[in-house]
This record gives sequence, C-alpha cells and structure tokens, in this order.
Amino acid sequence: MEPRPRSFYVLSAFFALFLLFLYGPTITIAILSFQGPQGGLTFPMRGTSLHWFRDLFQEQAVGDIWGSFRRSLALGLMVMVTTIVVSVMGGLAFRKRFAGSGLLFYLVVTSLVIPSILISLGVGLIFQQAGLRVHWATSGFGAHLTWTLPFGLLIMFAVFNRFDPAYEEAARDLGATPWQTIRHVVLPIIAPSLIGVALFGFTLSYDEFARTLLTAGSHNTLPLEIFGMTTNVTTPVIFALGTLTTAFSFVVIAVFLIGYWAMGRRRARQGTDAGKGMV
Amino acid sequence: MSADVEIAATGARAARAPAQVGRGPARHLQGWALALPLTLVLGLFLVLPIVMIVIVSFWGATEFSIYPAFLWDNYQFLLTSDVTYRVFLNTVKYAAITWACTLVLGFTVAYFLAFQVRSLGWQIALFLLCTIPFWTSNIIRMISWIPFLGREGLANSALISWGVIDAPLEWLLFSDFSVILAFVHLYTLFMVVPIFNTMMRIDRALLEAAADAGASGWQTLWHVVIPLSKPGIMIGTIFVVTLVMGDFITVRFMSGSQSANVGRLISNDIGLLQYPSASATAVILLITVLMVIGILLRFVDIRREL
Repeated sequence: MEPRPRSFYVLSAFFALFLLFLYGPTITIAILSFQGPQGGLTFPMRGTSLHWFRDLFQEQAVGDIWGSFRRSLALGLMVMVTTIVVSVMGGLAFRKRFAGSGLLFYLVVTSLVIPSILISLGVGLIFQQAGLRVHWATSGFGAHLTWTLPFGLLIMFAVFNRFDPAYEEAARDLGATPWQTIRHVVLPIIAPSLIGVALFGFTLSYDEFARTLLTAGSHNTLPLEIFGMTTNVTTPVIFALGTLTTAFSFVVIAVFLIGYWAMGRRRARQGTDAGKGMV
Repeated sequence: MSADVEIAATGARAARAPAQVGRGPARHLQGWALALPLTLVLGLFLVLPIVMIVIVSFWGATEFSIYPAFLWDNYQFLLTSDVTYRVFLNTVKYAAITWACTLVLGFTVAYFLAFQVRSLGWQIALFLLCTIPFWTSNIIRMISWIPFLGREGLANSALISWGVIDAPLEWLLFSDFSVILAFVHLYTLFMVVPIFNTMMRIDRALLEAAADAGASGWQTLWHVVIPLSKPGIMIGTIFVVTLVMGDFITVRFMSGSQSANVGRLISNDIGLLQYPSASATAVILLITVLMVIGILLRFVDIRREL
C-alpha cells in the first residue's frame, strides 16, 4: 500500500478534535453527575458520590421524571411502529409514480423543513378550537409523525433506488400474488433498512421537544420535563438525569445496531445457495 | 429466497418490460391506496395546521382569548415594527454563520472518512461514532456546555491557569458565541452524513485521472471532489438552514434569553396566549423558509441523490 500523504495525519488530528468536540461536553456532565453532595454545577469536584442519582429516584426532589419517561417510551414505540408501516407503504406507493405523487413528495419535504414550533402551534390551535383535549398519545403522536415520517420515507427512497425490480418480476413469473411478492420477496430484502427506519422513528420521537410543546397536554414527556428542570433546578441532579438519559439512548442505539448486525448474519447464512445448484 | 427465484430473476432481467411496477390506470389507484396513511397523517397534522395558522393569523385577541375575525392588524403590526426586522436579521445571521461553520467542518470530516480512511470497516465504525450523538437528546447536549463555558467553567479556568487571560471571559456562555457553538455542535452531523453519502459514490478512477493529468491535491479537491459533492452539500444545507431558522429552544437556552430569533418571537407570543400574532409571525417564517428551500431544491434532485 502506498504511504499515507501528510494530509492524512493533519486530517486525522482534525477528526480526533471533532470527536472531542462532539463527545467532550457529554463526558463532562457524565463526570460532574458523580459530584459529592456539596458539589455544584461546575468543577472542581467536591468528592464523588451517587448522591444525585439517588435524588433522581426520590420523587419529591424533582418532578414526575419516571412518569414522563414512561410516556416518552410509549410514545416513541407508537411512533416507531407507525413510522415503519407508513414509510414502507409510502415507499412502495412512490415507486408506482402515480398521478399526484409529485405533490405528495413536496408535502413530505415541507414536513421535513417546516419549523417544528409551527406544527406545535397549528395542531394545538386545531385541538383547542375543535374543543378537543390535547394529549401526548393523540395530538402529540400526530405531531411527532410529521417529523419521523419524512426521515422514514427518505430512507425508503434510498432503499428502493438500489432495489432490483427483477426480484419482483421473478416472483410474479413464478406465480406469486402481489401480496406474496411483498411478503416473501420485497420485505425480506429491505428488512435491514427497516431497522434504520425504526431507529429514526423511535429516537426522533423520544427526544422531540418543540413539536410536543403545545401538543402534549397536562402530562409532560421526558424532554419537556428536562427542559422544565433547566429553569428551576440548579443542582447536579440535572446532570445525573442527563447522564442517565444519554446512557439509555446509547443502549437503544446499541440494540438497533446489534439487531442490524444479527439480521445481516442471518441473511448471510440463509439464501446463499443461490446459483449453486441446491434447491 | 431459493435458487428458483434467483434464476427467474435473471430471466426477468433479460426480458425487462419497459413499465416498471404495475401498468395502466390501476397503477394510480394502487399508488394512492398505498400512500393513503401517509396522505392522511400529512393532511391532518401538516396541511390542516398550516391552514389553521393562516386563518388564525387574521384573528383578533384579547388578553385571555382569541376571537374569529378578518383583521390585518397582526401583519400590520409585524411588518411595521423594527423589532421584526432586527429579529429576522438575527435569525439569518445565525443561519449563515452556522451554515458556514458546519459546511467547513462537515466537508472536512466527510472528506477524511470517504477518501483518507481506506478500509470499509474503519469507515463504518468512524461514521457511526460521528452519528451516535444525533440520536441522543438535544436538550441534554445543550445543557452539557454549561460546565464547559460558564464563568467558572473548564474553558475559563484552563485559560486562566495558562495565563492567557486574567479574568474569566463573560462572553463564552449566554451569548451569540454560545448559541452558534451549540448550533454547530448539534447540526454538523446533518452536513457530514449527506456529503459523506455523495462522496462515497464518486468514482475513485476520477481522482486517479486527475492526478495522472498532473493536478495537485488542491486542484483535485477544487475541480473534482467539490463539484461532485455538491448534491450532498445542498442536502446538508437544506437541513442546517431550516433547523437553525426554525429553532427557538437553542437560542433561548444558550443565550440565557438575551438574544432573539423568529422562533423565540413566536414562542413568546404563545406564552402570552397571543396566538393570532404568533400565527402571523409563523406565516412569515414559513414563507421565508419555503422560499429558501425552493431556491436550494433547484440545485438538487433529492430523490435521485439518496
């Protein structure tokens, strides 16, 4: 292999600094969340303890963190499943280049670029004027979908851009019904990408703040609860919460990545007999 | 999938019909049937809310309630107040500076990953390392800057102990600087990912050809890599510009409520229950954002570039 140019070393250093920039603050609050009971929001550390994590588990110290966590989790899962189903159907639909698909595509782009607070405001106004109660599972759910669906669809576009339609034609030639073709040919082929759609669907909803602001109703989701804390909590308990939330996000990401990896391996084991004469 | 399918697929490829999936008018029907859930969600939670905002922007408001009317007052107030222009200008300033920073950072990182890292395994690992923060909470990532930038934060104490400054710098936290720093921190990923995606599709032979034709490294970068990366740059630009223009929470939090952008104007009105005036500002913001995106979309075909 030819020797590395000098630019490689410069750019490597640059990249390392970039990673430090990305992760530095998170690492800082992770360290500070282990402050001693007398410690403040900045260094120096006054001893180390689990004091602030214990605080989190005592309901009176902070708001309804665990309730809001459960709500965010439930909402994230609802949004995730809906995003997968609607994105796959939408992705299949756009392949048919039906009349009006161009317009629908521009709606998807609008959904992606519209400032989140407008969705919050508009959905909130509609519910208010229609005399409906805003609730995270109805208005909040819909508002989140306007954010996760464009990402899901963009992934589906990327997937179907690389999809070989010969497989579908083959299934049809072998006598499969359209539903059988989708169920036994298309879905297995695109399955790994659906893990990506699921990851976007869950995490974007789980972390969403602006679109929930006026659509969650009287019960806060976790990001709303955390934001509330930033204005009235001045102890490292907020760092402890931040560390815990980030750790949870890492676990979620790891689960999805492992799922993706496992699916890749399963696929590598199965279906490699193609063209080898084994039927 | 069994070998039959594989063989039949080969046959089908050879005898490819020109029409791809489905034929005739049935295609449109099937298309709309499949797109129905998507259309419903977007209709109910995107189109209707926009329509509602436009309607309410003409309504009137008392201190406690809003009432239907057809008034131009909200727009008149908005368009004749110089606060509006200052705040819009400030929003554009944030967007422009953040865009420039994220572009330079994002392009460099993507370039390093796509062209300087040679093994696919490392590329994927380093790329994942870059994208993981994207999937964690933005608010937590903003809070994380406080112990770093505060009066007694890491940055100030380090600078003081090195003897660079005598007194802590006040402008590190709760200033325009910290707002833009947070934006860059949050949104550089949105540049890295699309640019990296485009760069990975550049034919490596083109770079060799440029080198063989006597181009220096910089010339190759300027005349080959950058032009071919443009679609990715455009998509990244769309993300960063719209996210910054529509933001209200980062500015509120990182400026310590001292700076304003359009999003904060809207959220302040919402806080005061002045929904009609919030809606009027929202309409103007939406028009601005859609115009910017309309211009950017002329340079890139998103669907083809994915």
